[in-house]
Amino acid sequence: MPADLTPVPDAPATTPVADNGTGPPRPPVPELTLSHVTKVYRARRRTPDSRPDQRRVVAVNDVSFSIAPGAAVGLVGASGSGKSTLAGMITGSQRPTDGSIRFGAVAVERLRAGGLRRLHHQVQMVFQDPYSALNPLHTVEYTLTRPCQNFLGMSGAQARERVAELLETVGLTPASQFAPKLPHQLSGGQRQRVLIARALASEPTLIVADEPVSMLDVSLRAGVLNLLADLRRDRGLSLLYITHDLLSARVITDELLVLYRGQVVEQGATKEVLQHPDHPYTRQLIGAVANPFAAAHGAIPSTDRETT
Amino acid sequence: MTVLTAMPPPPEAPGRAANVRSGTASSVPGPLRFGGRAIRTIWSNGKARAGLIMLGLFICIAVFAPLIAPHSPTATSFTPYSGPTSTNWFGTTGNGQDVFSQLIYGSRVSLLVGFGAGALATLVAVTLGLIAGYRPGLVDELLGFVTNLALVIPALPLMIVLAAYLQGHSVWTIVLVVAFTSWATGARVIRSQTATLRTRDFVTSAVFSGERLLRVVFREILPNMTSLVAASFFAAATAAILAEASLEFLGLGNPATVSWGTILYAAEQQNALLTGQWLMVLAPGLAIALLMMSLTLINFGVDALSNPRLREK
Amino acid sequence: MALLEARGVNVVYEPSRGQRIWAVRDVNLTLEAGEFVGIVGESGCGKTTLGYALTRMLRPPARLDGGVITFDGTDIATLAGEQLRRRRRNGFALVMQSGMNALNPVRSIGHQFGDVLKANARPGDHLDAAAIRQRSTSLLESVQLDAEVLGRFPHELSGGMRQRVSIALALALEPRLIVFDEPTTALDVIVQEAVIQTIKDLQRDRGFTAVLISHDLGVVLEATDRVLVMYGGRIVEDQPAAVIAEGAHHPYTEALLNCYADPRADEVVLGGIPGSPPDLSLTEPGCPFTPRCPLAQDICREVDPPLAPLGRGWAACHVRAPAVRAGVEAGRAS
Repeated sequence: MPADLTPVPDAPATTPVADNGTGPPRPPVPELTLSHVTKVYRARRRTPDSRPDQRRVVAVNDVSFSIAPGAAVGLVGASGSGKSTLAGMITGSQRPTDGSIRFGAVAVERLRAGGLRRLHHQVQMVFQDPYSALNPLHTVEYTLTRPCQNFLGMSGAQARERVAELLETVGLTPASQFAPKLPHQLSGGQRQRVLIARALASEPTLIVADEPVSMLDVSLRAGVLNLLADLRRDRGLSLLYITHDLLSARVITDELLVLYRGQVVEQGATKEVLQHPDHPYTRQLIGAVANPFAAAHGAIPSTDRETT
Repeated sequence: MTVLTAMPPPPEAPGRAANVRSGTASSVPGPLRFGGRAIRTIWSNGKARAGLIMLGLFICIAVFAPLIAPHSPTATSFTPYSGPTSTNWFGTTGNGQDVFSQLIYGSRVSLLVGFGAGALATLVAVTLGLIAGYRPGLVDELLGFVTNLALVIPALPLMIVLAAYLQGHSVWTIVLVVAFTSWATGARVIRSQTATLRTRDFVTSAVFSGERLLRVVFREILPNMTSLVAASFFAAATAAILAEASLEFLGLGNPATVSWGTILYAAEQQNALLTGQWLMVLAPGLAIALLMMSLTLINFGVDALSNPRLREK
Repeated sequence: MALLEARGVNVVYEPSRGQRIWAVRDVNLTLEAGEFVGIVGESGCGKTTLGYALTRMLRPPARLDGGVITFDGTDIATLAGEQLRRRRRNGFALVMQSGMNALNPVRSIGHQFGDVLKANARPGDHLDAAAIRQRSTSLLESVQLDAEVLGRFPHELSGGMRQRVSIALALALEPRLIVFDEPTTALDVIVQEAVIQTIKDLQRDRGFTAVLISHDLGVVLEATDRVLVMYGGRIVEDQPAAVIAEGAHHPYTEALLNCYADPRADEVVLGGIPGSPPDLSLTEPGCPFTPRCPLAQDICREVDPPLAPLGRGWAACHVRAPAVRAGVEAGRAS
């Protein structure tokens, strides 16, 4: 894990500045619908011993689901399950081989450069690795002003004011201390909050969070997850939470989809899926969750054990 | 997926106190601030500092040549073919010109061609490299083919052919010829680095922030390649200095120009080594070597330019 | 006799520019042969640095500053060069974090095994190509990998496979102590479990002493018999793994435990630890956890808490494990 830390205390999870309702009315949050989405990769070069069928990799296989406005949906699976590919297709970075992705009335799979830019106004992503997702040469302020200027048409001065608001919202206070910092001067938790602030800057209606806490220490995860949950509740955002960690999925999502080798093998309310898993892969994922209490007792604890 | 980009950084010194950078309240600073900081960064490296001092000396010599040189470099008023005397410290040429003054004034041409050709070659390399690296597919393949072609053709023979063919015979001809034959290596390297950076998360993030193509390439990717571009430039400039001297030495330049290469050309013509005028050969050769070395030393200090962590005190 | 004894180990980072950082402070540690010990803590607590110090893998600007590390009776803290290298055979080994980065990307796996085996061959060992291949294959088998991996390059293997190759390479030296530095970070949950199981099986079958370093308490508890909790460069708790999840402990350990929960429970509350780790360039006395500790008292700010008995192990906490008067005086005097 990156270990350079500043003595500035990492902000505890705070409730964000509440929207007092005097702002302009929020546009309705569109529904995201995926229908029979498939993604097949073709290996670009032939190796002498590869057979024709070895060169096709089916990353995503006939996946359909939808995210209702304001819902929090979890996409769970191991690496190679296709979840990152799905995230790429939903945000327009990649194009499906087959099937359709609709965000409200917009057909995402058919967008080109201009349309994609407009899409990013509404659909934003929080990346997994907070270090590589920030340009090491740009200050926090620069990184956060760009979406304000590009999507909200703000001037430089207006954007800087908004940056202060955003930093307060994600708990990086005092904002003036964090704005001039470069990424390597921040801790992992602080960087992740900057990423969340950047995702919020364009006032999106859907946030796709790709393993946002997996690279953070366990002690920092609750703070970031609470932040995401609070933001979702206060702004009515939809959230697509992608992870291989069932514990964080349980805390933040209402609905859960389990992906295995590109297919949805189980789907349902989060608590339901975790307490009564059907598919063997789901059971395997649950069993793999590192649980100190299970180890101590030498047996899997009963389902209604509570944490202290 | 490359190993370098996917993994978290290795364990490093923990708990370092923060350094709040004053004066960088805005984003990527203006060119002047950037230049100042760049020089300070390079200065902090011991070897590079030596290189900067040497280069500084050469630049001073070139700029203040009229004040330093005891005589006019083209005045033919001295006894030709003479060895070192009190008036002509390094002796005279076959035309009776003072070698020492020529040496002083010659620094101007070497610096001009070196930096001019180096800059031009680097400009071409960066442009083509960025385009090829950022847009894979047909454009990349085409540019790659052209680059490979330029790499395969031997530089010196091509330079000789071009210089002989172009009747211009001015310093600018040399600059163009040298630049034309040395852009390819830099282009290749920059293309690779661009292709690597293109897949980094922060570039995707920039696109998600609504940035357009030109801004992504010039404000996101290029700043992260500053070290590489600087290194390419210094390498190209070093090669250009040597190439210019070589062309002049071979007689393909304008013999009326005063440069270290033409001194060597004259020395060759008059068999300076046989007549005991070894200083006429040694001095320009040493000057060329020292100038090239100064640039190479500076190259040791450019790593920190695009790695802010290395910059911090 | 214990396999490894460390007394008063300090590690300091001295960058050419910037402040000195004391990454590991006054660590005393005893490892018996065959033990499986875990070291757990947040990023920057010094656990990786300690692991590197114990296996003499520290590099400038990190430096061992005083202290004795006795491996099998010999003080290895003062060894260097060829003497140190020879000790690694049948001695101690380190499997690095993200084993991926430890593999040479341009050499095939088979070549890398060959390099390790040849470099550490004893005079009289017959190491022709066939012998190397046979030894490499048996090493790969012990980590559940197929012999065909020998012909592949690191980038052709998955993350979990690369980690296993790293483990197999460490085993090639038949060490009696292996330190695993965050072997499961950057691997996903299912592969993590498999790798940990492999490590457990290997340790049980071959009987080497294993040290597992991780920030994930759950992973550590799954595999180890004994857990050391580190904070601010110091060991703050030392307990058998079986009792960590119950009873009273060092407040930091308890806070860490609160960060875990069973996802299947009806009510799941995920805890966190507010604040951030201490600045290790400062050397003030007192317990490093004080700013974030719910039980902090005045003495915590003034006096370094020594390790005192708590439950079946030890903890460095004035509140939970108050040292006897004499012990405290000794702590203050040192």
